[in-house]
Amino acid sequence: MMEVLVYLVPLALTLGLIGLMGFLWSLRNGQYDDLEGAGWRAIADDEPTPEAQADG
Amino acid sequence: MQATRDFSHYVRHLGSGLSHIDLAVEGVSCAGCMSKIERGLSALPDVTLARVNLTDRRVALEWKEGTLDPARFIDRLAELGYKAYPFEPVRAEAVETEQASFLLRCLGVAAFGAMNVMMLSIPVWSGNVSDMIPEQRDFFHWLSALIALPAVAYSGQPFFRSAFRALRARRTNMDVPISIGIVLALAMSVMETVHHAEHAYFDAALMLLAFLLAGRYLDQSMRRKTRAVAGNLAALKGETATKFVGADEISVVPIAAVQAGDIVLLRPGERSAVDGSVIEGQSEIDQSLITGETLPAKAGPGTAVYAGTLNLSGALRVRVAAAAEGTLLAEITRLLDNAVQARSRYVQLADRASRLYAPVVHAAALLTMLGWAAYGATWHDAIVTAISVLIITCPCALGLAIPAVQTVVSGGMFRSGVLLNSGDAIERLAVVDRIVFDKTGTLTLPELDVTNAASVPPAVFELAGRLALASHHPVASAVARAAGARTPLAGIEEVAGQGVRGFVNGQEVRLGRPSFCGADQIANEILCRDPEASVVAFRHGETRHVFAVRQRLRPDATGAIAVLLKAGVEIEILSGDREPAVRHAAESLGIREWRAGVTPAEKIARIDELKRRGVKALMVGDGMNDAPALAAAHVSMSPVSATHLSQATADLVFLGDRLAPVVAAIGLSRKALRLMRQNLWLAAGYNLLAVPLAIAGLATPLVAAAAMSGSSVLVILNALRAHRGAREFG
Repeated sequence: MMEVLVYLVPLALTLGLIGLMGFLWSLRNGQYDDLEGAGWRAIADDEPTPEAQADG
Repeated sequence: MQATRDFSHYVRHLGSGLSHIDLAVEGVSCAGCMSKIERGLSALPDVTLARVNLTDRRVALEWKEGTLDPARFIDRLAELGYKAYPFEPVRAEAVETEQASFLLRCLGVAAFGAMNVMMLSIPVWSGNVSDMIPEQRDFFHWLSALIALPAVAYSGQPFFRSAFRALRARRTNMDVPISIGIVLALAMSVMETVHHAEHAYFDAALMLLAFLLAGRYLDQSMRRKTRAVAGNLAALKGETATKFVGADEISVVPIAAVQAGDIVLLRPGERSAVDGSVIEGQSEIDQSLITGETLPAKAGPGTAVYAGTLNLSGALRVRVAAAAEGTLLAEITRLLDNAVQARSRYVQLADRASRLYAPVVHAAALLTMLGWAAYGATWHDAIVTAISVLIITCPCALGLAIPAVQTVVSGGMFRSGVLLNSGDAIERLAVVDRIVFDKTGTLTLPELDVTNAASVPPAVFELAGRLALASHHPVASAVARAAGARTPLAGIEEVAGQGVRGFVNGQEVRLGRPSFCGADQIANEILCRDPEASVVAFRHGETRHVFAVRQRLRPDATGAIAVLLKAGVEIEILSGDREPAVRHAAESLGIREWRAGVTPAEKIARIDELKRRGVKALMVGDGMNDAPALAAAHVSMSPVSATHLSQATADLVFLGDRLAPVVAAIGLSRKALRLMRQNLWLAAGYNLLAVPLAIAGLATPLVAAAAMSGSSVLVILNALRAHRGAREFG
């Protein structure tokens, strides 16, 4: 019973940390700068321009 | 003289051979616009990045250095049907973007911590009532501490810093009890963990931080959004100056690139964007934005010209000056400084609540400790119980009570066409019992209008309008606008100081001074009836007509004033304009109190007098002469057409031609204040229930967690009610 915690607790925390790192990365990357536009881009029916992809 | 457009001031060089520019774009509202603009701009050769930001309504562009003129982008966007202008982020906006991103990082860290600690807390809570062995519990508590301590140290910074600043200034604000509560909760939890105790409050501290940071972030992002819109509006005015770059060579440059000592050309019909003095030329100038006076004044070498001055007849060369001593501008700046300093530091509702709240809660905690100690509990148990009182009363709901309402209401104001310059403006606007209006440009529209259009045959009116397009004179522009003229006549000649003339089907047409068109008699008749009007005459062959042009009240002014008066708000007019003009406006609006010919100093004096009488006055004005009064008033508003100085000084800015946003803003703010007060009572009521539990020593971490999230959700739901019936007044 106790032994399994040795794996599970660090595993859970690592997963959480990965999520946090991902959030901080996306924040630094400017992905929260234009929430309204990002919503529309997702459902735009044509391919975005290559420039837009490079930036995003 | 052919002018070139020079936008190099706005271009940033990124290194690696790329240039960058930000443009504010009008009318981008959907995904279609976004891809149309991005593809349209990317099609230009050498453009490496074209990205629309739909939230801020801006486009970021990058291109290979030296290959393109930024003016090309603006022309290209105009071809696509969008008005655009280079944008220079103001310092304040950059700082707020930075703060918003920091708050979001803090929120991320606090939420991560709260969720992971909660994952460890729930086994402890369920284990405490079943079969958990103490070693397991200690292990989970230590893990919680390992997560919570660094997470709080990072994400608590906004609160700790603000609390520290307040304490150093010997004041207290909401962040002081928050910081004390969090630090004590953590310290006690660590001590309890060391002593193998059953309860630790790591999760409570982190959850509290996460909720509060969410409130702060909402607050911040709402202000950031209005600032971005205001910045775009300022940029899209596209204020430029025509600057002499050689003896007779001119270039159109953005205002930001003009320096003191430069010489600029001010053409007839142009509004000056700089302060300076005339060095060459003769003209008449309209100073109504600066002094409120609507009659034109003569200008020649040596005449001072201020930003906002409208040049009427002749071209002027102006030497740009910094604000010099002894000028009107210097006088207004001095008055403004005094007014800003004298503005009594308004204590926000949240801070007033916390001033009341902190001593009560801290006293309750102290009494709990002393009470339990007197009752015979150990000092350790007494202190633990006292701290749990602090934790459970920590102003989770109190911290959200006001920002949540502000966020919802500022969204409603935004939709009604009102931008907030300061967050506490809502609270101050809600208690207004008297409105002081400026007349020129505030109750009236900034542009002139033809008053006797109905008496002129439509065909004649249209022809006059087309002819008027050839002239830059504001009176002629008013005729052209009123006639809806689009296509100018060909072969029109301008007669300096008189008007314009040309030929239509072999017959001469003239537009200009009555004497120029031989229509003095008709003009005199009109002026007898309406001495405030300006006249412009039109002659086609032997038919003569005279248009009366004057300032027009905002289309809904009468209705808006009536609604305000009916709601029991007192209204008065303070104008720098002459008496008959002000009397006419006041009478047609049904306003009994008015003063004409008021100087900036007298405006302040009037505001101060109202203040001494305990009247909470809203000042609405647009001119430079209103700026000091705007700063001195309890709360202030400006139309978006106002001078920079007034807009920067006003607490709120309203858009459009109508006065309805002013009425809507007052209605919304009153509703907001009601909801804020309700929220504070809700938060207080929650404490009345929770505190006795904590004092009795029954507040376990589970109870704290449930109570905190429950009260926060309640307060947020109540704030969302501001959406409903947002249009009603009262």
